[in-house]
Amino acid sequence: MSDTVTMEVLRYRPEEETEPTYESFEVPVQPEWMILDGLNHIKDQLDGSLSYRWACRMGVCGSCGMLVNGRPVLTCATYMESLLPGPIRVEPLRGFPVIRDLVGDITDFMGKLAAVKPYIVREEEKPVEEGEYLQTPEELAEYKQYSMCINCMLCYSACPIYRIEPDFIGPAAIALAQRYNLDSRDEGAQERMDVLSQHAGIWGCTLVGECSEVCPKDVDPAGAIQRYKVSATVDFFKSVLMPWRKE
Amino acid sequence: MDTRVHDVLLVGGGGAGLRAAIAVAETNPGLSVAVVSKVYPMRSHTVSAEGGAAAVVRDEDSLEAHAYDTISGGDWLCDQDAVEAFVREATREMVQLEHWGCPWSRQPDGRIATRPFGGMKIERTWYAADKTGFHMLHALFQTTLRYPPIKRYDEFFVTRLLVDDGRCQGVVALEVATGKVQALLAKAVILCSGGGGKVFPFTTNANIKTGDGMAMAYQSGAPLKDMEFVQYHPTGLPFTGILITEAARAEGGWLLNKDGYRYLQDYDLGTPSPTPVKRSMELGPRDRLSQAFVAESKAGRAIPTPYGDVVHLDVRHLGEAVIDKKIPFVRELCLKYQKLDPVKEMIPVRPVVHYMMGGVATDLDGATPVAGLFAAGEVACVSINGANRLGSNSLTELLVFGARAGRAAARFAGAQPDPSSALVAQAADEERRLHRDFLGRTDGTERVADIRSEMQQAMEAGAGIYRDEESIQVAATKVAALRQRFRRVALQDSSRTFNTELVSALELSNLLDLAEVILASAAARRESRGAHQRTDFPERDDEGFLAHTMARQGEDGRPRIEFDPVTITTWPPGERVYGR
Ligand SMILES: Cc1cc2nc3c(=O)[nH]c(=O)nc-3n(C[C@H](O)[C@H](O)[C@H](O)COP(=O)(O)OP(=O)(O)OC[C@H]3O[C@@H](n4cnc5c(N)ncnc54)[C@H](O)[C@@H]3O)c2cc1C
Ligand code: SF4
Ligand code: FES
Repeated sequence: MSDTVTMEVLRYRPEEETEPTYESFEVPVQPEWMILDGLNHIKDQLDGSLSYRWACRMGVCGSCGMLVNGRPVLTCATYMESLLPGPIRVEPLRGFPVIRDLVGDITDFMGKLAAVKPYIVREEEKPVEEGEYLQTPEELAEYKQYSMCINCMLCYSACPIYRIEPDFIGPAAIALAQRYNLDSRDEGAQERMDVLSQHAGIWGCTLVGECSEVCPKDVDPAGAIQRYKVSATVDFFKSVLMPWRKE
Repeated sequence: MDTRVHDVLLVGGGGAGLRAAIAVAETNPGLSVAVVSKVYPMRSHTVSAEGGAAAVVRDEDSLEAHAYDTISGGDWLCDQDAVEAFVREATREMVQLEHWGCPWSRQPDGRIATRPFGGMKIERTWYAADKTGFHMLHALFQTTLRYPPIKRYDEFFVTRLLVDDGRCQGVVALEVATGKVQALLAKAVILCSGGGGKVFPFTTNANIKTGDGMAMAYQSGAPLKDMEFVQYHPTGLPFTGILITEAARAEGGWLLNKDGYRYLQDYDLGTPSPTPVKRSMELGPRDRLSQAFVAESKAGRAIPTPYGDVVHLDVRHLGEAVIDKKIPFVRELCLKYQKLDPVKEMIPVRPVVHYMMGGVATDLDGATPVAGLFAAGEVACVSINGANRLGSNSLTELLVFGARAGRAAARFAGAQPDPSSALVAQAADEERRLHRDFLGRTDGTERVADIRSEMQQAMEAGAGIYRDEESIQVAATKVAALRQRFRRVALQDSSRTFNTELVSALELSNLLDLAEVILASAAARRESRGAHQRTDFPERDDEGFLAHTMARQGEDGRPRIEFDPVTITTWPPGERVYGR
């Protein structure tokens, strides 16, 4: 095993340069080190001006997603060792305007999450004093997988539609909509359906499943899109062929 | 200078901040509420909490039992009126969160499921598998999207509080993306900025847990209470410090020394039984378990590794099905970060800095002694955690006291005049300071990373699981020297755009304040209680120290320590008994 590896890191300082460049750093490799540890080594020891986001270093806060050798990954959950002998190229996630170095602008993504009304919608709310809504383990299992999303945006970075159709609401937001649609406590599926159907792109999704492949939490957003399409189609035919059943 | 005005400003978008924001919006929908957070809210460290959140639900349980466990677990340093309010309102808050969509794990009939937890005599820990904090935070964040009055300033770093005429009326914040400094004025400010585990080198805490709110409150004249109490969680993975949740032991995991022996039986924590017994052995309180580890390690019965001694956490006997159902995240973390499968192998663990019992002193409504300034969550000390927090009380604390502070701040703000215009001048001074001390400085020689790491090592050596007069003084001298060196810090990054080095420098400055306060408080408490163990004063001393330390910043910038009485309502100080 080599003792060091070259990390080629995308640099972009809008005050100084108009185009991104790559800068190479020689970084020691230790068996426990993740890509993020390599970046921290650069920042702490070699060049304090490198910018990137991270927080938990345990794969749950969703802030450290980047392209590593072209693949969207969580840098805190990807061993350096697995990419030897290198060089290891680190770039910001594809699909998000670069603010600085490895930091992308995620405003669009945050707006899309909010757009799907990701909260419990009910005609009538039960008073808290009356206790919890009952939900069996089986009912919980219906939506559980879609509730595991950490908003890391790797799926957006992998999505071929999002790249050409920025209005596409995208994999994680659809999975989030389904997370609530499938929750036995929720009655907002129709409202969310209206939101999703206004958004371009969903029918363009070819279900190749790049999103599910890169998802670090097995959320399977492609599966969510598939389920959504089926229910939306049923809904569409119901409204056209059986308008009396629309309610 | 860009200036915005709101009614109530939240510093922090973790569990406490988001709960408080909703409480403000519900108390008075006419108020404008803003959440300022240095990271997007769902990145806040509440996201990493695993095990669960405590609230009485089972028929055989009672509020008295929850209160007693909490108070004895806290070695009688908790304010009992705060604990009473806490246990009384806990269940309502947890049900509320259920109504907001939190995917709590369930019993077969659809009711909430509970699990045992360390130091709790009866099962009362609600959980969402072992990603409780993650699910709570996302449910809260998503629910805030229902409330249009809640505005957010994401990735804004608060650098100081604006206090005029004895009243807190806003903050100065740096917009990280642009480097713009803004005055955010408000009639009330609630600090929900979390803890500061990064004072120490080896911690379960995220990189962002740098005690900013504690330091800013302290600089503004608010006292920090009981800061000497730092919780070491007994089971962190070596090297990374990643937490292996207490739920692993609650479900039946064992702690074994190098001979495969359940050593806790030698530390007055009960006798081993094959299945978990509450308040006994592996389900003892965290302070006692971490202290037992140190003794085993000193006796040569731990297992040496390049990252220090470890013992083994063994869950193999639970079997794959239980592990996957009850503690799937433990398996995921071990596979990903320790390259081992807990279904087949034992997990190496060692004590790791986890939680600050101390914080900004508040009353039961989160109000601090500075008018207009409130605090809730890990940043605050109300105090329900005393000398040692019980696992699963903190997440519930965020909800109960986040909601209380939100309601109180909303009432306060409704009765206040608009913020004074004098504050904008203070904010302009702050902008100049950032430039003078950091961005524009060319003569610096010191690096942020070096000072930070030397401070962390000094704190571990001086104020770790065991301390004494000498170790504390050595660390204090070191921290004072680091404070001097920090004046000569040089940034390599002079950019205004997403300057994370500037943010780290500001965080380090806050950490140095915290380090100083922890050491001064630890020096003043000449007894051993809960997580504060003095080898030179090994006994608890209720005569002298059944009291809270209160640290205030003196004229010379150094902490002054005073003592405040503990509120005792029902439970007189007694012996802490576990496993007997
Ligand atoms: C690994 C781990 C597991 C845990 N498990 C459990 C458990 O099972 N049960 C339990 O009860 N407790 C647990 N805890 C403890 C509990 O999770 C925390 O105490 C709690 O989540 C803290 O929440 P908070 O809202 O106070 O702060 P945080 O969630 O830390 O949020 C702080 C917020 O303040 C913001 N902020 C901080 N400084 C600034 C600044 N200068 N400017 C702007 N914004 C700022 C941050 O951006 C963030 O939004 C665990 C802790 C850890 C570390
Ligand atoms: S669906 Fe998966 S890849 Fe996409 S944001 Fe969520 S966790 Fe990340
Ligand atoms: S740092 Fe939190 S997911 Fe990687």
